[in-house]
Amino acid sequence: MTLSGELIAFFGLALVAILGGVLLITLTKVVHMVIALVFTFLSIAGIYLLLSAEFVAVVQILIYSGAITIVMLFGIMLTKHQESDEPAKGGWGKITLLLAIAGFAVAVYLGIYNLDIPVQPATLHEENTKQIGIELFSKYVIPFEVMSVLLLVALVGAIVLAKKDDEEGDQS
Amino acid sequence: MTGVPLSAYLVLALVLFCIGLYGALTKRNAVIVLISIELMLNAANINLVAFSKLGVTPSITGQVFSLFTITIAAAEAAVGLAILMSLYRNRKTVNVDEMDIMKH
Repeated sequence: MTLSGELIAFFGLALVAILGGVLLITLTKVVHMVIALVFTFLSIAGIYLLLSAEFVAVVQILIYSGAITIVMLFGIMLTKHQESDEPAKGGWGKITLLLAIAGFAVAVYLGIYNLDIPVQPATLHEENTKQIGIELFSKYVIPFEVMSVLLLVALVGAIVLAKKDDEEGDQS
Repeated sequence: MTGVPLSAYLVLALVLFCIGLYGALTKRNAVIVLISIELMLNAANINLVAFSKLGVTPSITGQVFSLFTITIAAAEAAVGLAILMSLYRNRKTVNVDEMDIMKH
């Protein structure tokens, strides 16, 4: 396999993504973990660009490395936490968990490592956003509307849950 | 011109999923547990987008589906944090080990 630019870009992005994930596991301060994960989200956006999904890549940057990270940082700042998340009582539980996850990884890897589908010519990169828009509003219009209702429900639910209910006593 | 094979993307998604799974099961701060779940959802999204380009019949459907998944993940993060806030107000902790009010 020749070393094409696409391959180099893939390996760089994959390295940064996995490094961010490993830092999430190993770092001790909670804020640092979230910052490490921003790198993972950004490099996943780069992976989407390689897969000719420009619109999804931009959405990934906006939603994940923008919105969700900020919301999580708010969650950390607003709750009093120990500065560093000390690991739980290690020992056998953690080792068993590692073995279980390794077993899962090996099982899935055996299924996918030689998966070879002949590459079909695709035109996903030509006017990507326009294609998504046409598909979304012709074929998937009902899921789209259901999704908007779901977002409304989540918005109302989040407000109701997080609202201060200190005047609960005097309202009947 | 040899591109990146499909299995490379799938292995990357598998590694990220396993990291997220480990984080979600071992971390004690509930915010970190939530964000590990986001990492797992992201790994699933990589699979969707990879199959949308390199699958048997390439089409835009995989990308549309991953947009739906991202929407669900955002809603989940908002509701999860709201539950966390309300729990924190009552119990003064974000430690998942101490969230056992429904256990006994």
